[in-house]
Amino acid sequence: MNLDRRRFIGAGVAVSATLSAPMVMGQGKPRVVVVGGGAGGATAARYIAKGSQGAIDVTLVEPSRKYYTCFFSNLYIGGFRTLSNIGHTYGTLAAEYGINVVHDWAIGVDRNAKTVSLAGGASLPYDRLVLSPGIDFVDGAVPGWDISAQNAMPHAYKAGSQSELLKAQIESMPQGGVYCMVAPPNPYRCPPGPYERISMVAHVLKQKNPTAKILIADPKEKFSKQALFEEGWEKHYGGMIERLGPDFGGNNVTVDPKAMTVDIDGEVAKVDVCNVIPAMKAGRICEMAGVNDGNWAPTIAHTMQSKADENIHILGDAAAQGDMPKSGFSANSQAKVAAMAIRGALTGSKVFPAKFSNTCWSLIETDDGVKVGASYEATDEKIAKTSGFVSSTGEDAALRKATYDESVGWYAGITADMFG
Amino acid sequence: MSKSTGMNGLVLFAAAATASIAVLGLASILASQSVVTVGSDYAEMGAGRLNPDSIFMAGTKGDTDLSRASMPGQIGDADKGARLWKKCVACHQIGPNASNRVGPHLNFVFDRKAGTVADYRYSEGMARLGDEGLIWSIGTLNTFIENPKAVVPGTRMNFLGMESQAERNDLLAFLRQFSDDPSNIPEAAATAIPPEVTLAPEVLAMVGDRDYGEYLGSECTTCHQRDGSDDGIPAIMGWPAKDFVIAMHAYKQKIRENPVMQLMASRLSDEEIAALAAYFEEF
Repeated sequence: MNLDRRRFIGAGVAVSATLSAPMVMGQGKPRVVVVGGGAGGATAARYIAKGSQGAIDVTLVEPSRKYYTCFFSNLYIGGFRTLSNIGHTYGTLAAEYGINVVHDWAIGVDRNAKTVSLAGGASLPYDRLVLSPGIDFVDGAVPGWDISAQNAMPHAYKAGSQSELLKAQIESMPQGGVYCMVAPPNPYRCPPGPYERISMVAHVLKQKNPTAKILIADPKEKFSKQALFEEGWEKHYGGMIERLGPDFGGNNVTVDPKAMTVDIDGEVAKVDVCNVIPAMKAGRICEMAGVNDGNWAPTIAHTMQSKADENIHILGDAAAQGDMPKSGFSANSQAKVAAMAIRGALTGSKVFPAKFSNTCWSLIETDDGVKVGASYEATDEKIAKTSGFVSSTGEDAALRKATYDESVGWYAGITADMFG
Repeated sequence: MSKSTGMNGLVLFAAAATASIAVLGLASILASQSVVTVGSDYAEMGAGRLNPDSIFMAGTKGDTDLSRASMPGQIGDADKGARLWKKCVACHQIGPNASNRVGPHLNFVFDRKAGTVADYRYSEGMARLGDEGLIWSIGTLNTFIENPKAVVPGTRMNFLGMESQAERNDLLAFLRQFSDDPSNIPEAAATAIPPEVTLAPEVLAMVGDRDYGEYLGSECTTCHQRDGSDDGIPAIMGWPAKDFVIAMHAYKQKIRENPVMQLMASRLSDEEIAALAAYFEEF
């Protein structure tokens, strides 16, 4: 579906009126509450506040005072970043954009009264609610593991203390020890993430513990950038990494966090580090709000509105939106579309056709960066991929370094775009 | 030849010189110069904490007339340099009617203090080095072109560097023709280089809708930093609209190579590119 954009712009005001829900102007300042201060939520809050210039009251609910980005947390594990390099605060959003930043947990949504309740007891009224809570783990996804085992067997799939723990465990492995990753089934946050993680672990072990082994139990037949990772692993870490796909029982895994053992298809192995990344679902507030269908919250592609409630927008990992991967870049891209739609609905500002894009960079070894990306458009059914690209195997070192440098620039760009 | 006396103030990027002095084909130019090096930490420079005084060290020996080596023909092959210049034309102009584009014009660059072309907005890093006395000479240009970001941290010049000393010599020979002495600016040589991409006049003349550009541009600022800093991804704020339009069409036609940018440009209409150009020009 290709819109005639010239006509679309010409008819901008009329179009925004037809896309809009009834305006709430004249009832005092419209209120937007954003739950989740990551790539989706922080971006949405900033763009709504920036674009409306005080005409919309924006509240951002995020439990953490310091937010550690999941993207680049593998580079922290590999020693390419410090933890403080990937930590961000909300001071600029509050001071320069006038956003009310509330550090608390959202624990309920009353869709009739249009209020969000917080663990601290407050109730926040909204005209539009943005839910961008990221992911939670599916209970029982890996038999033997639950969230109480996350210290013995970290997931490190929410960045911060979990990343620190996993890094420390890897660095204190005995010589010749075994690191095991239990990889997640689709769909999950950051498709190349587990495999970039493996690369970074190998990078550390190659220097500190060159006889160590890396074992991956993977329920998936294929994974993102597979040819690129496998080429890089062979080139940089030959013999260190072994992956067991579903044909070798990688989909039949039980763990014992007390004994530090992993049972893969009946064969029990003692391991030194076990990085369990369970199956994922939308952050719990989506279930509480009743906007999920199964594990994820379906959205309308043009506006990122929930299919269950037109006053709620769902962003990022939590959304079942169509073809986009669950990534920080995607969440940031979706947030801008939602911000535009929300401003259009609440203040009558111009609304343009939704455009989405995503690029995921991964680091395989020092200066050996690869990327995959695509562009997307909104259809009535879903966010649909229009075209894409991926790095090639056999690229020269200069291009790989330029790709890595690009990822560093992107990190600076997107974090400035999120946090101001 | 009095204009070339400034060359005697040869200055060199100390750490780069330490690292690569053995392979410098510049020997013919620098033979008479004693290069002063200091124990500067290269890694630290990359981190942007360098003290400009420690990068560009004044050469000391003044007993040889460097101007003999400053004739274009003695630096390198200016014809080959004209071909290498194509790497620069997306951002720089040189020759008659050259004006500032994404980068400053390069007429009379030799002997000029860094960061001083009128009406050009420099990065803080470049402006500071100029304030601290950096003069463009064969030596300083040579080290700068080899690895711009290592020499001038924070420069907006989005060029990874030219590794080959022979190529740098040729390029410098070409550039040298457009500064005072030894030869005057030749007529229209550089402007004979064809543009990067040929666009219909109505496409170039299109006036973009800034509001639309602001929305579309939100997609750009995921990677291109709003404050104009450049770490691996070039700054695009304040570009002349015409250059922006040409660059985007060059990606769209796959003349420029970055696949992310090809993807972004491929789905932008002429109107949308004009809208973005209008927005970022006044960013």
